[in-house]
Amino acid sequence: MSKTPDSTGKPAGNVDTKSRAGAKKGASRRSFLKAGGALLGGAAGAGAITGFPTIWAQEIKDIELRHVGVSYSVVKAIGDQASKDLGFKVTMQNLDTSAAINRFITQPDSVDIADVEGWQSKLATKRGVLQGIEVKKIKEFDSILPIFTKGELEGHKIPRQGISPYEAMYISKPTDTELHEGVTDYMTFLPQVYNADSIGYRPDLVGHEVTEWKELIDPKFKGKAAILDVPAIGIMDAALCFESAGLITYGNKGNMTKKEIDFTCDKLIELKKSGHFRATWTTFDQSVQLMAAGEVIIQSMWSPAVAAVRVKEIPCIYAPVNVKNGKEGYRGWCNGMALMKHLSGKKLDAAYEYLNWYLSGWQGAFVSRYGYYSPVPSTAKKYMTETEWAYWYEGKPAPGPISDPYGVPMEKAGTVRDGGSFVKRVTNISCWNTLMDEAAYMNKRWNDFKVA
Amino acid sequence: MAARDDAFGWLYISPLMLVLLPFFVAPILVVFAASFMQSDGFGGIIASPTLQNYVDIFSSGLTLNLYYETVKFTLLTWLFSLIIGFWVAYFLVFHIRSPLLAIGLFLLCTVPFWTSNIIRMISWIPLLGKEGLINMALIKIGFIHEPLEFLLFSGFSVVVAYVHQLTIFMIVPIFNSMGRIDKRVVEAALDAGASRFDIMRYIILPLSKNGIALGTIFVVSIVMGDFFVIKVMSGGGSASVVGALYEDVGVLQYPTAAASAVVLTILVTLIVTAILRTVDVRKEITR
Repeated sequence: MSKTPDSTGKPAGNVDTKSRAGAKKGASRRSFLKAGGALLGGAAGAGAITGFPTIWAQEIKDIELRHVGVSYSVVKAIGDQASKDLGFKVTMQNLDTSAAINRFITQPDSVDIADVEGWQSKLATKRGVLQGIEVKKIKEFDSILPIFTKGELEGHKIPRQGISPYEAMYISKPTDTELHEGVTDYMTFLPQVYNADSIGYRPDLVGHEVTEWKELIDPKFKGKAAILDVPAIGIMDAALCFESAGLITYGNKGNMTKKEIDFTCDKLIELKKSGHFRATWTTFDQSVQLMAAGEVIIQSMWSPAVAAVRVKEIPCIYAPVNVKNGKEGYRGWCNGMALMKHLSGKKLDAAYEYLNWYLSGWQGAFVSRYGYYSPVPSTAKKYMTETEWAYWYEGKPAPGPISDPYGVPMEKAGTVRDGGSFVKRVTNISCWNTLMDEAAYMNKRWNDFKVA
Repeated sequence: MAARDDAFGWLYISPLMLVLLPFFVAPILVVFAASFMQSDGFGGIIASPTLQNYVDIFSSGLTLNLYYETVKFTLLTWLFSLIIGFWVAYFLVFHIRSPLLAIGLFLLCTVPFWTSNIIRMISWIPLLGKEGLINMALIKIGFIHEPLEFLLFSGFSVVVAYVHQLTIFMIVPIFNSMGRIDKRVVEAALDAGASRFDIMRYIILPLSKNGIALGTIFVVSIVMGDFFVIKVMSGGGSASVVGALYEDVGVLQYPTAAASAVVLTILVTLIVTAILRTVDVRKEITR
């Protein structure tokens, strides 16, 4: 292990230690899968890929795909399942956000499938390290939610502050380095997992319901608050707070002007000097520890981290920060898979198989069990129990107990997911993870905040 | 004959050169060259030479603040690891009569270092936290009523973690230097009526100087080049030169990061050179 901190490590849990607890459940899921896998194989054989499955099976067994990205998106358990279902080897490699994008653009040949966020795909496309994904080879493309094909959900326009996945997803020619607005024949990346982030808090210590970002900077939580220290995202959480408190209205939180950056960072420095922040955090584990050890009672947080605190039987709520009066809202993020330019021949065919496998449901169900969403919920639903579907997607009181992807019990029957249903949470996203035009300047000002 | 000696000389250093040139000199040169380039904002480097990166570094208040923080932690860590390291070495050399036992106890000092740096650092968190062992104990015995917050996520906890990690780098060279002090010199001084303080001042300290200098080089260069301990133990509340540089790499600003790296490298080289002027390391190693 290097000394590099995993700056955005939102792990999905430990596979090895927890797999036993989920063994029984896993067994039934596996048998179900076999049937599903057979169906899938049949469908693929009839599809565009030639030679499948008899010759294919012989030729592909030596293929190895390296899927590289952040730990909350590139998950070993998912890669293992894919290897089992597809017959070739998938190796998952985890890096933190900045190490990942650096690797994609400086050593593109050491990666086969790059796991990118919208803004990373914009960068990688610009650098010409990716190849366009042919839309017609993606079997479930027509079932992908309109968030990703039209930039809307149930008639609600997905906001464009920051870089929404929709606007970074398409290019008009396979070798284009400029993005294209709207669906074309080629994609830069295929979305695989996304969520809406907000604030986590201890209801027992905060004492009232939190629905607004400004609570995070309320003086009454002085010395008991924390904020995310990944500059590009942290500054957006801060911006949501300051906007919520009525201190400023941003033109675009996702692409601030120098003046807006100055205001935001100066305000952060002021808060820091007054002792408002107990700490800042960079990894999933740190945020869990801060909350569980009583160091902080309110902080910007990620959904599975809130769950991890609750598993320790410490009350923790993921604040529903629904949009009101043009303020608040969740910060959305989305990771997807991009094909590196060097892929060709059988390896490229295998990569398409892998992409298609992702949208076929198993993975969608898996990530749903720790609170993330699939771009094709219709296939994920087939791999989820009714209880799970009702809790995670419909926002209904859980008809039965809820377990995490590895079978560890998480919630009792009757619990309702914080923030409610899928549609309610996603339509209340007000901005997306991004890389601003003034990123270099913002970084410098963020360091001023760190060192103040 | 001279030519032949020369040839053998080159032959002797060639294995080292084979490692140093491609893995040390070449990368440094690349970083140096990159520091004079411009970034296109998308991870690309525009090869038109500029001094702007350096101008930015030297005209920014941020640089000063970052170096202030880094040097502050370096000095504090150096001071405490020196005090502790010196007394541990002194005890082992002059108070343990059996050399075998001394070596045994010396090895015992290294036991904590069989575990990872990161583990040793993180282990302090449950000890120092608001609901940590120390605070809980102090509250239980009624010594305090509110938990002491300065214990964790503060400059204090950063220094504690560094001292814990780096004291061994002081103990080893000082132990080595002290071990070579002829005990008869100390006896002679005692016989001549020198006080314990004088012995320390006129004999032991000067003769341990080389060890102290070597330990200092280790501690200073490690702390100056680190960012992880500061980041974690200050709870993100403080930054360091390397931490800021790493953030630059995160947004693909390679030229500015390269320039910061060059400045830091030069500074640390100057410090190490200054220390080396006070000691003869070659003598220390071969003697």
